[in-house]
Amino acid sequence: MYQPRSERIPLIFEQGQPGRANRYLPSDAQLSDYLPAENLRAELPLPESTELDVVRHYTRLSQRTFGIDTGFYPLGSCTMKYNPRVNDAVANLPGLRDLHPFAPDELSQGALRIMYELERSLASLFGMAAFSLNPAAGAHAELAALLIAKKYFSDRGELNRQTVIVPDTAHGTNPASASMAGFRVVSLKSDERGRVGVDTLRAVLGDDTAVCMMTNPNTLGLFEDHIAEIARAVHDAGGLMYYDGANANALMGIARPGDMGFDLMHLNLHKTFTIPHGGGGAGAGPLGVAEHLVEYLPTPVVRAIAKDGSTANEDSRTYWLDFDVPKSIGPMRSFWSNFAHIVRALAYLYANGLEGLTDVSRLAVLNANYVRVKVAPFLETPYPEICQHEFVASAQELKKQSGVRAVDIAKALLDRGFHAPTMYFPLIVPECLMIEPTETESKETLDQFIAALEDVVATAKRDPQQILDAPQRTVVARVDETRAARQPDLRWRAPAGVT
Amino acid sequence: MPYLPHTKRDIAQMLDAIGVASIDELVRVPAAVALRAKPEIVAALPESEIVRRFEEFAGSDRATTMASFLGAGAYRHYCPPAIMALAMRGEFLTSYTPYQAEVSQGYLQAIYEWQTYICLLTGLDIADASVYDGATALAEGAIMALAATNRKKILVSRAVHPNYRAVLKTYCDGLDVAIDEVPLLPGGMTDPQALRDALSRGSYAAVALQSPNFFGIVETVPEDVRDAFKRSGTVPIAVVAEALALAAFPTPASWGAQICVGEAQSFGVALAYGGPYVGFIACTSDHLRRIPGRLVGRTVDRNGKEAYVLTLQAREQHIRRERATSNICTNQAHCALIATIYLALMGASGLRNCAAQNVKRAHELVKRVSAIPGCRLQFEAPFFNEFVLNVGSSAADVLKALQKRGILGGLDLGRFYHEMSDCILMTATEMTTSKDIDALCAALQEVVRVPASL
Repeated sequence: MYQPRSERIPLIFEQGQPGRANRYLPSDAQLSDYLPAENLRAELPLPESTELDVVRHYTRLSQRTFGIDTGFYPLGSCTMKYNPRVNDAVANLPGLRDLHPFAPDELSQGALRIMYELERSLASLFGMAAFSLNPAAGAHAELAALLIAKKYFSDRGELNRQTVIVPDTAHGTNPASASMAGFRVVSLKSDERGRVGVDTLRAVLGDDTAVCMMTNPNTLGLFEDHIAEIARAVHDAGGLMYYDGANANALMGIARPGDMGFDLMHLNLHKTFTIPHGGGGAGAGPLGVAEHLVEYLPTPVVRAIAKDGSTANEDSRTYWLDFDVPKSIGPMRSFWSNFAHIVRALAYLYANGLEGLTDVSRLAVLNANYVRVKVAPFLETPYPEICQHEFVASAQELKKQSGVRAVDIAKALLDRGFHAPTMYFPLIVPECLMIEPTETESKETLDQFIAALEDVVATAKRDPQQILDAPQRTVVARVDETRAARQPDLRWRAPAGVT
Repeated sequence: MPYLPHTKRDIAQMLDAIGVASIDELVRVPAAVALRAKPEIVAALPESEIVRRFEEFAGSDRATTMASFLGAGAYRHYCPPAIMALAMRGEFLTSYTPYQAEVSQGYLQAIYEWQTYICLLTGLDIADASVYDGATALAEGAIMALAATNRKKILVSRAVHPNYRAVLKTYCDGLDVAIDEVPLLPGGMTDPQALRDALSRGSYAAVALQSPNFFGIVETVPEDVRDAFKRSGTVPIAVVAEALALAAFPTPASWGAQICVGEAQSFGVALAYGGPYVGFIACTSDHLRRIPGRLVGRTVDRNGKEAYVLTLQAREQHIRRERATSNICTNQAHCALIATIYLALMGASGLRNCAAQNVKRAHELVKRVSAIPGCRLQFEAPFFNEFVLNVGSSAADVLKALQKRGILGGLDLGRFYHEMSDCILMTATEMTTSKDIDALCAALQEVVRVPASL
C-alpha cells in the first residue's frame, strides 16, 4: 500500500490568506446594491486559498483514505465490490446530471424511463409487485416500510399491532427504524444453528405482531432454511414479513424474497448494484412491496402508458410522476430519488443481464466459501457449514491463548495492506470478524488476504505484542476513541484573537 | 461476464478446496422457496452499447437544453471543474464509512472540515456529518426537539418548502406527532402575530421557519417572536433550502435558532433530477447528545499525534439499536465532500460574490418581467434569488406556453398553494444569462393575457 508522508496536514481553515480567492464568476455586484444593509451578514469567516492549494489539500487527504480502488475490502455485510467506471460516466451525461427535479414530465422522459426500467427489473428480480425508488438508503427504506405497515394495519382497524420482531443477528437499523415508526421492538434469540427457530418465533407471535424483519442470508452468512415456515407462521398470526436486503448479493437469479413470502423489502443499491459508497453515502434504498401494499408506497410513483393505452411497447410509452396516490404514506425525501445512483444501478443491470447477475451471486458465494475453508484451520469459524456470500470467524480462542482480540487482528491487517473485516458484529458471536470477499476479487487476491490473515494469527501466537501494537505503517497509530468521546472536538475554532 | 475475474481453472481449484463438486451445491435453497418464475431482465449489453443507450435517454431529457428559471429547493450554480477532479478520486469515491480510522484519516479530516464549514455558515456550535437532504434534515431536527422537550406537537410556517413539510408529516405520522401550520401574511411572510399566538396557546416542541422562505423572501424574526420562543420553551428550528443564502444574511444562530437544518445541494452538487443531495443539521451544544447520524471528532493516537475518528457513536443505531437518536446509517458523505471542496475553492469573497451575482440576476429579472403587461410581482419584500410573479391567469397554462417556446419559466405555485394558481416561482442564479432573460420576456409578452381594463 502506498503510504504518503505522514506529517500533519493543516486544516483548510489554517491555510490560505485573505485575498487569495479564485475568480470563477464576474464580480460586478455587491449585495448591498440590492438589499438593505441591516438584512446582511456582517462577516463571513471562511478561508481563501488558491485552486492549486485546494487541489493539493484534497489530493493529499485522498491519499490518506483507503478505498476499493486502493485495496481489498473484506467488509462483511457491506458488499465492497468493484465500482465500474462506466456507471459514473453515464450518470454524468449532461442530459441526466443537469436535469431539474421540477422539469416537466414530458421533457424528462429519458430520466423517467430509467427509473421505470429499474423499478420493473428489480420487481421481477426479487419477486415483488412493485418498488419505490424514493428512499435514500436502506435504513430510510426500512422506515418507509414500517410506516406502510402502520398505515396498512390502521386501515384494517388492527391498531393493536404494535410490535416489530427482530432477530438478535439483525442490523442495528432494524430496531432503530421500528422505534422511529413508533413500534415496540422484540428481539429474537437465534438458535444454535445461527438461525431463527420457528418455535422461538411462534412463542412471541400474537395479535400484537405487526412486522417480522429478517435478513436472508442472515448476518452470519447463513441461509434461513426455515424461511417458508417462518413466513407462514407470521402470516398466520396476521403479521407482515420484511426482508432486509443488505445481503441480497447472495441471491440474484437464485431465489427471490417474494417467493419466500416477504411482503416488504429493501435493497442497498450501494451494495448489490455497485454504486460507490463514497465514504459512507450517498446510497440508494429501493423499497419493494407485495401486491396488497402497492397503494401505500411513497410518492411520487413513476407510471407509464403506451400511446395505445397498454404498457407493452417500450418505445411508445409515456412516463410520468404520479403524486396523487390517496393511500400513500407520502414522500420520504425532498425529491424523487437518488437519481444519479438509479442511473448507475441500471447501467450495472445492463452490463450483466440475468445470467450475469446470477453469476455474480454464485461467484460471491464461491469466494466466501473458499476464504472460509482456507481460514478455518487457523481461526475459529463458529458455524462450520456452507455459507452464502459472507461468513463469520471468531478470535475468541486466540484471545484466550494470546490476548489478541478481533480489533487487534483488524488493525494488523491494515498494516498488511488490507482493509479490516467487519468487527464485533453480529453481536452474538464473541470476538467476531465478519468477512465478505465479494465476487469481483480474484483468487490471487483472496490467497494474498488469507496468507496475511494467517500471518497475523501466527504472529499473535508467537509475539502478541507486535499485533497489539498494530497498526504501525498507517499515518496514525491506534486512535484514542475514549478521549474523542469524553472531550468532543467536533469542529475547528479560530485561535483566540484571530478573526 | 463483466467485472468477474474467475477462470474455469480458478473455479475448479476453489471448488476442490471447499470439497464440493459444483457451485450448485453452494447455492442450493430449500425447494419451498425456489424461484417461482424466471426474472425478466434485459439481456446483457457490451459497455459501448450501454453508453449509447444512456446517451439516448439523456438526449430525450429535453429540459436540460432549455433556458430555465426553476429553483424551489434545487439550484443550478456554477461548479468549478476542480471539484469533480478531486471528489471523483477513487480513494474518496470507493471508500466505506471511515470506521477504520487509521486508514481513513483523509476522509475523516474532510468531514471534520465540512462540520466546521456548516458551523461557520450557520453560527451554531456543532454539525453532523450529513443527513439525506433538506426535507429529512427537517424531520430529524423535529425529532431532536421532540426528545429535548418531551412534547408531541410541531409548529411549522406555511412558507417552509412544501416538500419539506410533506416529509415532516410522513415522519410525524409514524410518531403520532401533530403538526400545526403558521399562516402567511398577505406579503408572503410568516405571520408573526399568528406565530406568537400559537406559541402562547399550544405547547410545541419546535417551530420551523425558513429564510429565504419558499417564495424567496428574506424573513426576519422580530424581538417579540424571539421572546415568545423562550417563554414557550419551544425549540426554534431554522430551515435553509438555498444554502448559498447563508453567505449573505445574518446567521440562524443570530435570531435564536437552536437547530438549523437544510440542503447544501447549492454547494457544487449536481441537480441530477433530485438526488443525491446533502442535508445538514447544526445545533447548539445543548443538543449534542440528540443530534442524529455520524460525527467526526479530533483526538490523538497512541503516540499523542493528532487524529480524527468517528465519535459519540453511542447515539447511533449500530450501538444503541431501538434507543438510537435516529435510524440513519448511510448518509451523504460524498456530497458533503463535494460541498466542502466547493466552499474551499470559493472562499469567503468568492461565496459572497456568488451570492451577490444571484441577487443581481434575480433583481434584473424581476425588473424586466414585472414590467410586462399582465405580470406583477406578487410580494414586495426583500428577496434573494427567487420571487413570485403573478401572471393574472393560470400559471400552469402560461408555463406550458413558455415551454413550447423552449423556456422553463419556473414553478407553478398552484401545485402547492391553491390560492396561488396564477403565480409562478421564478429563480435566477449566476448561471442565468441576459439572453435567457430576453427570451423569457419576449415569450411572456406573447403568452400572458393583458387584462381588458388596461
